Amino acid sequence: MIKYLVKRIVLAIVTIWAVATLTFFLMNAVLGGPFLSEKAISPQATAALEAKYGLDKPLIQQYFTYIGDALHGDFGDSLKQRGRTVSDIIGMKFPVSAKVGGISVLVALIIGSLLGCIAAINRGKVMDSIVSVVSTLGIAVPSFVLCTFLLFIFGVKLKWLPTMGLSTPAHYIMPVIALAFYPTAYIMRLMRSSMLDVLGQDYMRTAKAKGLSGKAQLFKHALRNAILPVVTYVGPMLAYTITGSFVVEKIFVIPGLGGEFIGAIQGRDYTLIMGTTIFLAVLIIVMNVIVDIVYKIIDPRINLK
Amino acid sequence: MDDKYLVDIQHERLSFFTPAGEVKALSDVSIHLKEGEVLGIVGESGSGKSVTAYSLMGLTAYPGRIIGGTLQFNDHQIETMTEKEMRKIRGNEVSIIFQDPMTSLNPVYTVGNQIVEVIRLHTGKNKQEAKARAKELLELVGINEPEKRLKQYPHELSGGMRQRVMIAIALACEPKLLIADEPTTALDVTIQAQILELMMELKEKLGMAIIMITHDLGVVASICDNIAVMYAGKIVEYGTTDQIFYEPKHMYTKGLIRSIPHIDAKEHERLVPIEGSPVDLLNPPPGCPFAPRCEACMQICLREMPPITQFNGDHITQCWLHQKEEFEKGEYNE
Repeated sequence: MIKYLVKRIVLAIVTIWAVATLTFFLMNAVLGGPFLSEKAISPQATAALEAKYGLDKPLIQQYFTYIGDALHGDFGDSLKQRGRTVSDIIGMKFPVSAKVGGISVLVALIIGSLLGCIAAINRGKVMDSIVSVVSTLGIAVPSFVLCTFLLFIFGVKLKWLPTMGLSTPAHYIMPVIALAFYPTAYIMRLMRSSMLDVLGQDYMRTAKAKGLSGKAQLFKHALRNAILPVVTYVGPMLAYTITGSFVVEKIFVIPGLGGEFIGAIQGRDYTLIMGTTIFLAVLIIVMNVIVDIVYKIIDPRINLK
Repeated sequence: MDDKYLVDIQHERLSFFTPAGEVKALSDVSIHLKEGEVLGIVGESGSGKSVTAYSLMGLTAYPGRIIGGTLQFNDHQIETMTEKEMRKIRGNEVSIIFQDPMTSLNPVYTVGNQIVEVIRLHTGKNKQEAKARAKELLELVGINEPEKRLKQYPHELSGGMRQRVMIAIALACEPKLLIADEPTTALDVTIQAQILELMMELKEKLGMAIIMITHDLGVVASICDNIAVMYAGKIVEYGTTDQIFYEPKHMYTKGLIRSIPHIDAKEHERLVPIEGSPVDLLNPPPGCPFAPRCEACMQICLREMPPITQFNGDHITQCWLHQKEEFEKGEYNE
C-alpha cells in the first residue's frame, strides 16, 4: 500500500510537470497577448507591463522562472485581474463551484445508481424502457439546451425558481439539475449493465439458494459488485464537475471557477491559464488515486501495486 | 411404499416460456428418494437434470414455470409454496452445491462472512456462536487452519478448498437433502475423488439424502443407491445402480455405458459415441425423443411416446422395445 502510494505520487509529479510544460508552450504559441486591447496602449506602456511580468524575457527563461516559482507554491499574479494572485482567484471561486458540483455529483450518484438498479431488476419491462429513454435523453441533450429549457419552464413560465445566483437553497435546484443530468444518465447506464451482469453471476444463485431475501441478495451480494464501474466513472467526473461548468455558470450567473477556465484563455491570462490547468490536473490525479483505494476497499481481489 | 419418501416428485412438467415459444424442459418426471439415500441423475447437457433439482428448491430461473405434477419434500408441497415460505427451506432443509466453485462464492466477502450469513439466517445463533459453528464446519469439511481461512477471501483459496467451503455452507444448517449439481466437474481428477469421498463421509456422519447430478457415470457408479437416466426432459430409465450398470434396458442408457472409456481397452480402440444431437425441446417430436438417434428405432417410436415398462422392483424404462418384448411374451394386455 505504501509502495503503491509512493509510486503514484512520483507518477503524479511527472504527469503534472508534463501537463504544465505542454500548456505553457502551447498557450505561448497562440497569437495575441494579455495586454492587447481595443484602446491602443502606447508601445512604451506595453513594454513596461511586459517587463513587469517578465514577458520580455526569452520563452525558455520564462518557463524556468514559472516552474521555479510554482515549486515554491507561487503561481503568480493574474495578468488581467489586477492585484489578485492566481491562488486567490482559485481559492475564492473554487468553493462556489465545488459546492454546486459536489451536490450535483451526489444527486447523480444516488439517482443514477438507484434507477440503474431498478431498470436491471425490471429488465424488459416498462420501468426499464422508461429508464432507457431518460438516460438516452440525458446523454444526448447538451447542457445549454437543458439550461435554457429549465429557465424557460421553471423560471419564466411557472416562476417557481429563481434564475440567477446562489443565495438560497432554491437557487441551487436548477444548476444542480443541469449539472447532474448527464452524469445521472451515464451512471444509470453503467449501473444497469453492470447490475445485469452481476445478477447473472453464480454467486447470486448461491445467495438465493441460501434462502436470503430478495433485498439481502440485492443489497449485500449484488450492489457491492455492481458498483465498481460506477466508482471508476465517478472519480474523474467529480474532478470535472466540482471545477465548474462554463455553460451552466454563465447561464445561471454563478461566480464559479468554470468561467475562469474559458475567460483566462480568451484574455491570454497566461498565469491564470497555467494555474487553473494545473489545479484541474492535480484534482483528477487525486480522484484517480482515491478511486483506486475505494476499489481496493470494495473488491479485495484488487491488488494495488 | 412401506415408509415415507423424503422427496417424491410425481409427473412434474416444467416449461420455459421464451419469446420463441414454450420450451418443454421437463415432461412427466417422477423421482423419489428416502432419507439418507443417494440418487444419481445422469444425462447430457439440457436433458433437464439440473432443472429438476432446481425446481425442488424453487430456484427455477425466469421464465421457467412448473406447469404440472406434484413435488413433495419433507412434508412440504413445493409447487404450492410462496417464495417467502421457500426461503425458510432453502439453505436450511435443502441445500445445494454448484458446479463451479470458482464463481459460486461472492468474491467481495470473506469465507467466514458467507458461512456465518447462512447460519444466522436460519438459526437463532448470535455472531459469536455462528462464528464458532463456521469454524467447526470448516474443520468438518477438512480445511486446515479454519481460524485463518474464515478471514480469507475466496480468491485466496484453491478450487478444491472453495468447493469444501461451498459444502460447509450447504451443510451449515444440517439439511435433510443435499443437491450436488455436478460438484466435481470443474475440479481436477485427484481433487474430484477427495470431494466425493468427503461427501460420502459427511453423508454417513450427518445422514442426509443426496441428489447427485452429473454426466460422469464413474461418479454415480461409486456413490449412488439409485440412478435416474434423463433424456430430453424425461426419465428414460430408473433403477438401482446395479440394475442400470448391469442390466441397462433403454438404448440411451446402453449407449452411455458403452461410451465410458475402459482401462482394459485395446490400444487405438475408439470410444463409442452416441451419434446425433439432442432434440429441440421447443418442438419436441410426438414419439420417443431418443428415436432419431436410436439404433433400434421402430416406426411406432417416431409416432408415439412409449409407456412405462416395469422390471424387477423399481427398475423402469420408457421404451417401445421392451413393450414389444412384453407383447411378444404375451404379457402385455391393451
